[in-house]
Amino acid sequence: MTTIWVNAAGLAAMMMIVWWFWLWKPRNAVDTKDGVIDIRVANGTYTPALIDSPAGKPLTLRVLREDASPCAEYLIIEGLGISETLPINRLYTVKLPALAAGEYRFHCQMNMYQGILRVH
Amino acid sequence: MSTLFRFSIPTMKCGGCARKIRAALEPLAGVHDIAIDISGRVVELRIDGGDSTPVMAALAQAGYPAETVSADTALEAEPGHCSIDDPPQQIESGGDGMRLAITGATCASCVRTIETALSSVPGVERASMNLADHSAHVLGAASPQDLVAAVEAVGYGASVVEDDNSLEEERERAEQQLYRRLIRDTWLALGLGAPLMAWMVFGGSMMVHAGGASQLVWLLIGMLTLAVLVFAGGRFFVGAWKAAVHHNANMDTLIAIGTGTAWVYSMVSVLAPSLLPEQARHVYFEASAMIIGFINLGLALELRARGRASQAIKRLLGLRATTARRVADDGSEADIDIAQVTTGMRLRVRPGEKIAVDGVVESGSTLVDESMLTGEPVPVSKQAGDAVSAGTINQQGSLVYRATRVGKDTVLAQIIALVKKAQGSRPPIGRLADRVSAVFVPVVMLVAIGAALVWFNIGPEPRASYAMVALTTVLIIACPCALGLATPMSVMVGVGKAAESGILIRQGEALQTASELTTIILDKTGTITEGKPSVTKVFGYAGWSEDDVLALAAALENASEHPLAFAVMEAARERGLNAAMVSDFVAENGKGVQARYHDNLVRIGNLRWLRDEGVDADAGSADARSITDQAGTPLYLALDKALIGVIGVRDQIKPDAHAAVARMHARGLKVVMITGDVRGTAEAIGREAGIDEVIAEVLPADKASHVRALRDRGERVAMVGDGINDAPALAEADVGFAIGTGTDVAIESAGITLMRGSLHGVVDAIAVSSATVRNIRQNLVGAFLYNVLGIPVAAGLLYPLTGLMFSPVIAGLAMSLSSVTVVSNANRLRLFRANPDGEAV
Repeated sequence: MTTIWVNAAGLAAMMMIVWWFWLWKPRNAVDTKDGVIDIRVANGTYTPALIDSPAGKPLTLRVLREDASPCAEYLIIEGLGISETLPINRLYTVKLPALAAGEYRFHCQMNMYQGILRVH
Repeated sequence: MSTLFRFSIPTMKCGGCARKIRAALEPLAGVHDIAIDISGRVVELRIDGGDSTPVMAALAQAGYPAETVSADTALEAEPGHCSIDDPPQQIESGGDGMRLAITGATCASCVRTIETALSSVPGVERASMNLADHSAHVLGAASPQDLVAAVEAVGYGASVVEDDNSLEEERERAEQQLYRRLIRDTWLALGLGAPLMAWMVFGGSMMVHAGGASQLVWLLIGMLTLAVLVFAGGRFFVGAWKAAVHHNANMDTLIAIGTGTAWVYSMVSVLAPSLLPEQARHVYFEASAMIIGFINLGLALELRARGRASQAIKRLLGLRATTARRVADDGSEADIDIAQVTTGMRLRVRPGEKIAVDGVVESGSTLVDESMLTGEPVPVSKQAGDAVSAGTINQQGSLVYRATRVGKDTVLAQIIALVKKAQGSRPPIGRLADRVSAVFVPVVMLVAIGAALVWFNIGPEPRASYAMVALTTVLIIACPCALGLATPMSVMVGVGKAAESGILIRQGEALQTASELTTIILDKTGTITEGKPSVTKVFGYAGWSEDDVLALAAALENASEHPLAFAVMEAARERGLNAAMVSDFVAENGKGVQARYHDNLVRIGNLRWLRDEGVDADAGSADARSITDQAGTPLYLALDKALIGVIGVRDQIKPDAHAAVARMHARGLKVVMITGDVRGTAEAIGREAGIDEVIAEVLPADKASHVRALRDRGERVAMVGDGINDAPALAEADVGFAIGTGTDVAIESAGITLMRGSLHGVVDAIAVSSATVRNIRQNLVGAFLYNVLGIPVAAGLLYPLTGLMFSPVIAGLAMSLSSVTVVSNANRLRLFRANPDGEAV
């Protein structure tokens, strides 16, 4: 009986991992207001990590890095050639041009911090 | 009309002084828009009519004698008109306090409102705004966000002005703090884990005996371990939780689940041993504590190693001057903060001092060490009219120069910005690692659970213990950090190393491409040659004397900006010839120039063009050949359809061009020269420099198509040129090298910019790129192998063959060392020597 429970728990955990990290589709994105969004970099996560923005309008990211570990030092936005060094405990402004619709991943140098900018 | 005045008031020291000064100035008729900058000891205001005498008198009477710094006449801003579109002028911070860039402020009342808003923020000791540069300076302990919010609350815009020096200092301070915390946490964790480990190694039992004293002892140790997990490893758990909430998983996730599982299993053994078979009542508190200790130690070592990796930027930042010596109109001199230097100011630099900003020498002569920017070790002579660059060092005489570029516009600031950006860029070689690391952690979690289930189902007894060990060990040994760091660390060190030699690599892609080149195309003029041609021979025909030919040629070339034109004019000047009078000047790009001389059409240019125009140039053929045989360029001068002269112009080959080309050959590269020059001349120069293939008589616009043709043949092509005239060809190449002499090169014009004129820079850049890409490969192979081998072994794959299984503690040690190894390997690039005698990497 114990064996069955342990196996069931293990398989459930595996399915949970697959669903939680890969299959789950984010719903609650944060909308940019007036083309400006504040992002906090702390505890291994960007907050918010999912941002919705209208296409064809410039966007300003104001990033506040609170994590002193070097992992958080760079903000890389894929597809836009953006790689910025973030100061510690200072708001750092990244101005993005008007973007075409699509998903733009942003992450730290080691891909531990991850976020998505959805432009539509 | 009003005039904007800027006064320096050395005796102004505090807010009280500012109030007195404002009280003295506000009653004066025609004086408005008063802005006071206490930190800069400067007052700025507008005066209708432009007479500053009453202001100077009022200030002197109030006890604050002033000196006029500048006066600019401009249209007065409309009262009450506050545009938030005014771009903030960002200036460097003085080091103490914080500077904000303010938008929307245009009048004195705006200044007062903003100063009051800033002063009301808790923690602010003093706040002052400078209307002239739209900046506010705040002293105190307020947070930047509160200050920005306070300004925004009163209707203006604000952002913190980021000054590289203060940011770098803050980063170092924060990293130092983090380092100390990591070391403290290491001791804390190892302080508990090491004795437990020793107990186990020396034969002590790690089993729980239900009802015995050991149960209580283990419970106490379990609580101590919990304290270690909370105090020394709490951030891993917080990070794991926060990431999980965002549907992300990272290194923290692995550490938290790994150490947490070991602790929970151990606590189940202690608190409810009956739930486990007797042989499985094992505790793994030592593993939890040791893993936390090792990982903290690894992070601390990595932090140190990364600090060394960013030395290049630190060195560049250190080149910046903090003060400048201003020369006033009356000849008096005073040291001022670098932030106060504006374009047009006259500055003095004394022997041994750094040049503060970019400028043009007005008087004096000296030798300037530019090696820190260009990598060129020989000091450069400077005299009136020459450009000087911020960060370079005046070695001998005293110079007075006029500032032309300040702040973020200086070449040094551009280099710093470019290097910082490039250090964060990623070459394509790292994309696989990026893709893997993005999904790495959940995959490892699946593997760990899978391994645990296999052990639990078909493993030997105690199955539960083995399953727990396999789960923990797999989670802990997996290292996404090593994968994630492999590329960026090498890029950071490689790009920084290149910058030290005056090689600016703009993006990671250029770095990688430069290591894969097969063909180098060199422009001739200014790249292989000095770019300073001189006249070597003059021949006259049809009754024209040498001097007459030269005088007429000089008249034609007078309006041209071609390097050959300067050579002709210089030769005429040296012979004391008066240029003839010509009119209707027309330049034919890549061919020559023509004009009217009396009633005749005169042309000077290349043979092909003159022949196309119907000129019979046979009379000059023999003389032209003698010129081209000696690597000179013949210029043909024709009056209507008759050849009247041939002028030989020769551009000397750079002294080290041959050696640099030989180094290119030694790297297996094919070297091609491309030029608009006639074939004979081009081939003579090609022979002298050791070039493999010469493409001659190419119009400037056609250079790009020749580059394309080589690429179409499957070659990986680099184009080396001056970055201005060759821009299309540089853009067409796989990687463009802009080569400049001194600091006047167009930095942003190519993938790689060489700050010194030597062709050795090209080979050095390729060598640095190759070394960096090799280093990245080593890191990637190491990181992939580590994970590909480490994870199966941790899962117990070798157990059936050897009976051995990794301990979670060993996994923790291996994991922490793996990323340190990657960073240390990247740091080896710092030993790289970009010279022909050998490479350290």
